[in-house]
Amino acid sequence: MKVLFLGATKGMGRALARRLAERGEALFLLGRDLEDLERSARELEVLGAHGSVGSASCDLSEPSGFRAALDQADEKLDGFDTVVVTAGLFATQPELEQDEAQCERVLQVNFTGTVLLCEQVRKRLLSRGGGKLCVFSSVAGERGRKPVILYGATKAGLSYYLEGLDHKFRSDGLQTITVKPGFVKTGMTEGLDPPPFAGEPEDVARVVLRAIDRGKPVVYAPPIWRWVMMVIRCLPRFVMRRIGF
Amino acid sequence: MTETAIPERAAPAATDLPPATALSGWGRHPIVKAPQLRSEDLPRITVGATLTRGLGRSYGDASLPLPGAPVACSTLADRFLEFDSKTGRLRCEAGLSLAELNRVLLPRGWFTPVTPGTQFVTLGGMFAADVHGKNHHESGCFGEHVRSIRLRTADGEVREVGEQDELFLASQGGMGLTGHLLELEVQLKKVASPWIWAETSPVPDLETMIDRLLEASRHWPYTVGWSDCLAPGARLGRGILIVGRWAEASEAPARLPAMKRSVAVPFDLPTWALSRWFVRSFNALYYRVRSATAGAGIVSPQPFYYPLDAVRHWNRVYGRRGFTQYQCVLPTERGAESCRKFFDILVRHGGTPYLVVVKDFGAESRGSISFPRPGLTIAMDLPMRGRQTQTIVDALNEHVVAEGGRIYLAKDALTRVEQFRAMDPRIEAWNELRRRYDPKGLLKSALSVRLLGDEA
Ligand SMILES: Cc1cc2nc3c(=O)[nH]c(=O)nc-3n(C[C@H](O)[C@H](O)[C@H](O)COP(=O)(O)OP(=O)(O)OC[C@H]3O[C@@H](n4cnc5c(N)ncnc54)[C@H](O)[C@@H]3O)c2cc1C
Ligand SMILES: NC(=O)c1ccc[n+]([C@@H]2O[C@H](COP(=O)([O-])OP(=O)(O)OC[C@H]3O[C@@H](n4cnc5c(N)ncnc54)[C@H](OP(=O)(O)O)[C@@H]3O)[C@@H](O)[C@H]2O)c1
Repeated sequence: MKVLFLGATKGMGRALARRLAERGEALFLLGRDLEDLERSARELEVLGAHGSVGSASCDLSEPSGFRAALDQADEKLDGFDTVVVTAGLFATQPELEQDEAQCERVLQVNFTGTVLLCEQVRKRLLSRGGGKLCVFSSVAGERGRKPVILYGATKAGLSYYLEGLDHKFRSDGLQTITVKPGFVKTGMTEGLDPPPFAGEPEDVARVVLRAIDRGKPVVYAPPIWRWVMMVIRCLPRFVMRRIGF
Repeated sequence: MTETAIPERAAPAATDLPPATALSGWGRHPIVKAPQLRSEDLPRITVGATLTRGLGRSYGDASLPLPGAPVACSTLADRFLEFDSKTGRLRCEAGLSLAELNRVLLPRGWFTPVTPGTQFVTLGGMFAADVHGKNHHESGCFGEHVRSIRLRTADGEVREVGEQDELFLASQGGMGLTGHLLELEVQLKKVASPWIWAETSPVPDLETMIDRLLEASRHWPYTVGWSDCLAPGARLGRGILIVGRWAEASEAPARLPAMKRSVAVPFDLPTWALSRWFVRSFNALYYRVRSATAGAGIVSPQPFYYPLDAVRHWNRVYGRRGFTQYQCVLPTERGAESCRKFFDILVRHGGTPYLVVVKDFGAESRGSISFPRPGLTIAMDLPMRGRQTQTIVDALNEHVVAEGGRIYLAKDALTRVEQFRAMDPRIEAWNELRRRYDPKGLLKSALSVRLLGDEA
């Protein structure tokens, strides 16, 4: 595989990029901090990535830079065939309610920025016969829920977009893989109380890599969240109103 | 030493700190409530932190801040940064775990030059405690193999510090009190195969154990003894001697050793598991089983180096009150008698440890306050039973002071300051150097306030 990766510096992205590297895949990293990207790139080379790992700057809140970043990746990888986006922002509901600027940033990065990037990626992949697009959404986008109204809304929008892509373009060779993590212990959730079934990034990476290989359209990670969310989706509104989940 | 200008970063405001959580070392005593910051960005979270900790495998209070004081945790800052597969030189972030290092590099023929008895430690923690292993008589402490460190000192400066520098030597075994370790460069050891040739043999008593350990150290790179100090009379200290070396490629299986998944102790065990009769029976049974199965052969490195890692959360065996590990070194010239007296004191005060680890140390480490020195080291777990445990530790320490030995800070929770000062006169000079880099005394731990003269 020739993988373009946005979000490899931290959390689940770091864990997944490591697995890809250990398998000897070719990688190109995008992200906000070039120096930090370089450090991750060197690590992935130590772990066994194919050839040298390149990187370029790309910030989801600045769509004007997407084209140049994708050009660099395409040139280095001689046309990427797989794209993974784990990048995303989180803030608690009270934080987002209080801080409008932060709220705008989260809405922009998680939805608008991510979707615009996927649009450009989609066109490039389709123009060369398809490929794989794996994007991290969240179980928070499955139902409107009190503790994650705003963040959940960005992920709901993203999940719907990705589902639509998969319906429309799978037959053209573009496999879209939507990852829906439950609570995972990363820097993003540091300081929050972990609920039951909280996962580790390494376990998520293993599950997601298998899903990418198989082109599975939706993957819950850790897998138990598939069943948890099945129940949550069935709960009537009057119950959702009452519970704090 | 080179200093690097890094972007001005303000210390986090109190409101940015996560809520205080209950923190403890592996012994689960003491417990301190404090905000812990954990992020891939270790340079950022160490600004304003009073201490950095790793995987919390030190037993007592070495990795604990004072109540309410922010502590940084390095475990997400865990990247390999550079590895030269010709020379074995590795540069990595301080939170890289030894387990990960082994998983990635052992199959390629490289291993840490010194390993403690668990792989669930960070390389930063290994340097800060200057850990020793079964090969101390041959390879010294871990810090001897570190070439350079990147350290954030209390003045906020980030410095690349080479192994000749006095700040390096003060940090090697400095228990995190000279600065926050961000990165390190270490020389790994080439191994002929990823397998171990090991030999175990029963030993009838303490004196023979010491003789055989010293003898084995002349021929084997890895040696250690397990002793039963509850065996009665002349059999006191009987045990199992374990020696080993990396297997030659010709004698080792062609496949890689399997990484066995561990089982977990699901909950805190009841107190009968620590009663004298139970521990004594366990030790006797262990001696018998290991004697019956003694022999030589090829084994996987995991059970050889890390037997306890096979059981996750094994510290729960000691129940909710937790335990302490007591480890000291008694100078070589004091001989076996000193060691027997040590066991006598232990048993007389009601100590009922499971197996005791005995091992001879080689030369003193270059780290300014590193623990090892030539002699015999003894290590054992003691359940926390309030005053009784304190009395045992006091009595053992009295013996250690009288014999000119010292204790290991990475294990300690109960030693009294007067006794510690009597064991280790090196602390004063080390503190002087610390003050040059940290005049306001910003870096401190629960341990440094208890034993090293820092103010609360
Ligand atoms: C089962 C078991 C077996 C063991 N066997 C041995 C053995 O054979 N030999 C031996 O020597 N030790 C042994 N130990 C002790 C252990 O190796 C040390 O305590 C080691 O320091 C633990 O590393 P850690 O990452 O868990 O560090 P922590 O316990 O989190 O911290 C230990 C010390 O290092 C400091 N520190 C950690 N990271 C940093 C950093 N990035 N910057 C600055 N300071 C830092 C902390 O402040 C603290 O003072 C054993 C422990 C266990 C649980
Ligand atoms: N952790 C969970 O419990 C959880 C649960 C459900 C869903 N998710 C989702 O899963 C994904 C990964 O989460 P995680 O916990 O691994 O997160 P994380 O540890 O915080 O890592 C987030 C990554 O996103 C990058 N990033 C953030 N904003 C960016 C921007 N504007 N432009 C480019 N890159 C940006 C970060 O790069 P920098 O290095 O530049 O900071 C970092 O690499 C996210 O989409 C998250 O929403 C997480």
